[in-house]
Amino acid sequence: MQKKKSIFSKGGNTQLLIPIIALLILALFNLIADPGFFKISLGVNSAGDTILSGYLITILDYGSELAILAIGMTLVTAASGGQDISVGAGIAIAGSVILRVLCGGDSRAEELQAPIIVAFLIGCVVAMLFGAFNGILVAYFKIQPMVATLILYTAGRSIAAWINNNELPVIKEPKFAYFGGFIPGVPVPTTFLIALVCVVVILLVLKFTTLGLYTQAVGINESSSRLNGLNPIFVKFLAFVILGLCVGVAGLIKVSRISSINYSVIAKDIEMDAILAVALGGNALSGGKFNMIASILGAYVIQFLTTTLYKFEVQADALPAYKAVVVIILVVISSPVVSDKLSALWKKVKKTPAKEVG
Amino acid sequence: MKKKKFLSLVLIGAMAAVFVVGCGKKAEDTNTDNNQSADQTETTTPDEPDDSGELIKVGIINNDPNESGYRTANVNDLQNFFTEENGYEASFAYSLKNDEQIASAQKFIQDGVDYLLLSAADVSGWDTVLQDAQDAGIGVILFDRTIDADESLYAASIVSDMAKEGETAVNWLADQGLDEYNIIHIQGVMGSAAQVGRTGALDDKVAAEDSWNIVTQQTAEWNAEKAQQIVQSVISAGTPFNVIYAENDDMAKGAVAALDAAGITHGVGKDVIVMGFDCNKWALEELLAGNWNYDGQCNPFQASYIDEVIKTLEKGEEPAEKTIILDEKGFDAETITQDDVDTYGI
Repeated sequence: MQKKKSIFSKGGNTQLLIPIIALLILALFNLIADPGFFKISLGVNSAGDTILSGYLITILDYGSELAILAIGMTLVTAASGGQDISVGAGIAIAGSVILRVLCGGDSRAEELQAPIIVAFLIGCVVAMLFGAFNGILVAYFKIQPMVATLILYTAGRSIAAWINNNELPVIKEPKFAYFGGFIPGVPVPTTFLIALVCVVVILLVLKFTTLGLYTQAVGINESSSRLNGLNPIFVKFLAFVILGLCVGVAGLIKVSRISSINYSVIAKDIEMDAILAVALGGNALSGGKFNMIASILGAYVIQFLTTTLYKFEVQADALPAYKAVVVIILVVISSPVVSDKLSALWKKVKKTPAKEVG
Repeated sequence: MKKKKFLSLVLIGAMAAVFVVGCGKKAEDTNTDNNQSADQTETTTPDEPDDSGELIKVGIINNDPNESGYRTANVNDLQNFFTEENGYEASFAYSLKNDEQIASAQKFIQDGVDYLLLSAADVSGWDTVLQDAQDAGIGVILFDRTIDADESLYAASIVSDMAKEGETAVNWLADQGLDEYNIIHIQGVMGSAAQVGRTGALDDKVAAEDSWNIVTQQTAEWNAEKAQQIVQSVISAGTPFNVIYAENDDMAKGAVAALDAAGITHGVGKDVIVMGFDCNKWALEELLAGNWNYDGQCNPFQASYIDEVIKTLEKGEEPAEKTIILDEKGFDAETITQDDVDTYGI
């Protein structure tokens, strides 16, 4: 009980406790309801490769794409104090570009018209350009992030459809399915490996560059950071471009999963999960300080929740309602009113045993 | 004074430029077809006196071609059919919004079209404008979707019978003669006509037969990935199943991806029967390859039906039936041919 309250003290490391506690609660719930949830088995897929399977693997698989998005979303949230809601539309665009390059305009192409890596890089560049578009609106024109990204949120899926002339390309090359599935000989989902690379890269960047420091400085107080010689416009812009890169990577995973695309439903509402991951990581949605690992953990917690709900056959259209409950709890707990009261309470609790010892 | 005039001209020019650029960008952003349609609305109706021209003027109001592969096929079919060669002078308007559609309808009425063809975005709100059309002597033909309006307001309604699509599929499944049916039922967006019709038939059969069981019944909202997760969840739970009844092709595809990952065989003569709907070309190709078992058609090729109704009305006769149900097939992987794929694939 005491441990739980310490979240609300202003310490830095305690932030990790929120997603960890949420994870433990979910794990405990599943353990009681059905321990079979934790069973991981080795199976053979239809391509003849040995792979791991089970609910936990599903969580690793789908949580990973969310984790990748959470990286970018954390930076955007910290720097701009707002969220990007065009992530799903961005994924549709990036995915559409990747397919367009791969099939070279012929939606029934038998062979790949370009190497996958080239298509992926072009997809990333396009996603970063759209990220830059959002970044300019937010950083330079000082438009509220949610309003600025609303533009792409509404128009993005139509742009994605337009890129492929409204056709639905199908990639027949089995190698293309590796990114959202399994590489032969590797029993772990490829998405997890991709996410691992992304996480390592961003942690190294945060450790060895001033990106994290500058982002937090801009997020906490824009004008004082400017007085200290930082360029808030560039820092915010950069955050959106990095999110664009994350969107490009997630776009590859998404189209690889089904080797095709459906413009209107691909990655639908994924931005809400990404934002929720940031919130679940205990990061203030109003910007400022952030904890990257907590966000990434938050992403896996959300997928844990989703998979649990699927397991108990909760209707898929009711899922958002459950997630909404989580959001409400989080937002209320992190509101200044509650956190002040709780930290006062925490002080009291701390004092009382101290007296008894004395 | 002259300077001022010049300045104002420049300003007007700038404003016009901004307007053009802005519009151009927007049209490009939202979709090219809109752009095209806007052009068509304005350009394809040159003024001709009604009595001298032999062409029949039709105003066609449809949903956004981007909505789905089905809609794209529907729009293409209409555009290819209602041409001058076939004796029509057609104007098109596309929107997913009811109020924009109503505005287009009013414009078409003012333009004095002979027939108004309508696939309404929303079932309600059409009474006034259809009354206007009737007063102006314009024949209204509904296609693809029905509306909540008095039957006297339109000449005919050409629709898919989703419940029949479901029945055809369920009857096909019953003909497979399995000892036991353990079905994963993946539904579309709850409440949509396609979901209600396709679900209803299966629910009835499961309620009637002891050997038919639903393993899980969940909506994946037409989404392949959600379907994949639902099927993955069933596989992880270890519940046995032998049929996947997905209410559209995308979801069937997601389900198959989950089966593949688990090494479960599917298709003709394999462990799991895969059923989809809509007859996308790529889906029919899966059927042809024997990876899926069944695909139910939702017929987007409605132009010839509309044409028939118009021909009847032109003769001064009433169509034999107010509601015309489209012919819809169900394809079996064992009997499908390349011709079917080319003809019916959308």
